[in-house]
Amino acid sequence: MTRWIFGTVAATALLTGAAMAKTDVTVGLQLEPPHLDPTSAAAGAIDQVLYSNVFEGLMRFASDGSVINGLAEEWDISEDGKTYTFKLHEGVKFHDGTDLDSADVKFSLDRARAEDSVNAQKALFENIADVEAVDPLTVKVTLTAPQGNFLFNMAWGDAVIVAPESIDDIKVKPIGTGAFKFDDWKQGDSITLVKNSDYWGEPAKLDKATFKFISEPTAAFGAMMAEDVDAFYSYPAPENLAQFEADPRFTVLAGNTEGETILAMNNKQAPFDNKLVRQAVSHAIDRQAIIDGAMFGYGTPIGSHFAPHNPAYIDLTGNSEYDPEKAKALLAEAGMADGFKTTLKLPPPSYARRGGEIIAAQLRAVGIETEISNLEWAQWLEQAFRGKDFGLTIVSHTEPMDIGIYARPDYYFQYDNPDLQKLMADFDVEADGDKRTEMLQQAQTIISEDYVNVYLFQLALTTVVNAKLQGIWPDAPTQAIDLTAVSWAE
Amino acid sequence: MLRYALKRLGSLAISLIVASLVIFACIEVIPGDPASFMLGINAQPDTVAALREELGLNASLATRYLSWVTGMLSGDFGTSYTYRSPVAEIIGDRLWISLPLALIALGLTVLIAFPVGILAATKRGSWADMSVMGATQLGIAIPNFWFAMLMVLLFSINLRWFSAGGFPGWENPLAALKALTLPAIALALPQASILARVMRSALLDTLSEDYIRTCRAKGLTQRQALWRHALRNAMIPVLTIIGLQFSFLLAGAIIIENVFYLPGLGRLVFQAISQRDLIMVESVVFLLVFAVIMVNFAVDLAYAWVDPRLRGRS
Repeated sequence: MTRWIFGTVAATALLTGAAMAKTDVTVGLQLEPPHLDPTSAAAGAIDQVLYSNVFEGLMRFASDGSVINGLAEEWDISEDGKTYTFKLHEGVKFHDGTDLDSADVKFSLDRARAEDSVNAQKALFENIADVEAVDPLTVKVTLTAPQGNFLFNMAWGDAVIVAPESIDDIKVKPIGTGAFKFDDWKQGDSITLVKNSDYWGEPAKLDKATFKFISEPTAAFGAMMAEDVDAFYSYPAPENLAQFEADPRFTVLAGNTEGETILAMNNKQAPFDNKLVRQAVSHAIDRQAIIDGAMFGYGTPIGSHFAPHNPAYIDLTGNSEYDPEKAKALLAEAGMADGFKTTLKLPPPSYARRGGEIIAAQLRAVGIETEISNLEWAQWLEQAFRGKDFGLTIVSHTEPMDIGIYARPDYYFQYDNPDLQKLMADFDVEADGDKRTEMLQQAQTIISEDYVNVYLFQLALTTVVNAKLQGIWPDAPTQAIDLTAVSWAE
Repeated sequence: MLRYALKRLGSLAISLIVASLVIFACIEVIPGDPASFMLGINAQPDTVAALREELGLNASLATRYLSWVTGMLSGDFGTSYTYRSPVAEIIGDRLWISLPLALIALGLTVLIAFPVGILAATKRGSWADMSVMGATQLGIAIPNFWFAMLMVLLFSINLRWFSAGGFPGWENPLAALKALTLPAIALALPQASILARVMRSALLDTLSEDYIRTCRAKGLTQRQALWRHALRNAMIPVLTIIGLQFSFLLAGAIIIENVFYLPGLGRLVFQAISQRDLIMVESVVFLLVFAVIMVNFAVDLAYAWVDPRLRGRS
């Protein structure tokens, strides 16, 4: 009798447990957003929490990196490629209940390109000549010159649509149009979003999403193992990944990012102003050893400044195969048979700090001595990036499709090649898809054959998730943790 | 007693002025610009200039120092560069974690150290004394963060009694206290070990004083002599250490806060330094200096209370 009752109770408990599927999720993140305005800071954490979840742009990135329509239902491009007319979705409401209309779009774009704008990606809007609100649901954007990637630019987190009514408090109380509403921010601890029941599109499957900020790798391990968090985005301790893979409670998602990790050379500083030296350095580096040693095997070797998952990618790693003997010969040809001494400045991320040690050893093997200095980000920005005071440095360029930086002669690695500058200028105004691909491939080849930098690897993204959680993006086509399609398996 | 207190108060004011100057000077010379940090590597120079203007970074050093100090006098600590909300509010929130954590840890320290120290001193040379000495040696030798990680492994990952970290907020006081339990224990154990040893040796010193022998001769039991005379006289070094420990617990919990990802002052200042949120760093450091100076002031007053001779001394 007792056994029978016990059995019934247990069965009921199981049934109710199954019926009440979890509807909230907690995602661990290493960095906390400094504030909540994606249109006035570069901090990736702002977009990770808010992009697509709370804020939406005219266009948006899908999980595979393709650009799909966001708030713009449809658009029309004029014959000369200079006028874009966007038709907005009807019935879109901001989280404060006000309607989204063309005036909000005009406000957002004008604010981003204004004289005193503090948008970290102001260049995205530079080509805009005029924004006109034709009627409440129609916006006409006129460009100074045709621009092939204008729609792509409008998908960035820095180009989301904000409302003038809520702009003053946006840094602490973000009001967007997305499937989640901002609920609470316990500074230093967590940010909570709740489902927006008035969402204009496909509603979110979760009722509540919490982002928890855990900076210390050992603490991240504890939080994941104790199941305090359901997923840890960009898990910071790769040495534990094997343990998570072996545990049936968890899944490890290994995906791609837009982060081309490079050993940057100061192209205007001797001896790196000599192409032979740059080529020698490129041949002295064993990429796979760095991926295995510093990244625990996660990462894809690259031969140019371009993401391997992009359709326009060509494999150019053959231009700089690991060949220490050739490196030595090239150094001798450059008149530096005895090698030389230079600086290697390393910002905080582990790809730089761990990778830097291995690179220093590989360079020493061909006679190049490096003096390593470990810098904080702020110092790195001041010395290496702004001051251009470095010989070598390691950094991952995480912006999508950023090969255009090679056309900026004042950019920190100071590569000045008029041919490439012209190519990129032509590329900007080219609208034909095939021609654009061809031009991107040319650009990849030019910088690879000029040995501007040593192209190390595409940064991998490893996210540890609860095995029952579905719909977390494995890749990071932009800095986003889009939770709109995430749900729990029954 | 009043003159003594006023004198202490005067030196306190001077310490604060000097501290504010030193803090401001040290932090302003750190290389790195908050505006470039916030805008990242794709930003254009004119955007960075616009942000510097918006943050008021183009004003002269003297103007910024004066506005910082005068602001603080009226309770306005300025606006954080990165968070863009009032520094005083942010610090206030964090203080509600760091201060209770420090107090709980200090409470635990005293609760453990006093009985253990007294036991070891009164039973000098016995097995109890030996084991206290051994255990406290171990307590001092083990780094608190390592101990914290062991506790997380045992209590959070294996037994699931506590979550591995985080802070749920004071809306639910029980959950909040629970979240502070493991960090407080991790902080308290090394401090309790130090304090117990100080207590033991201070008590041994006073127990061998002539006046204790006199007390015993006059007919007091060992226990009565201890409680009525020796303990109070042993308090001076113990109070000094407690004062230092409280300052340490308030300002030095940074590693423990990281291990348990508690949003306290230590983590705030750590983050603010790397983001070059200069005004935040200056204000938090100043607040901590202020707290340390106040604790020392309180300890000074407590000395005078336990030792009347100090009141007359200039």
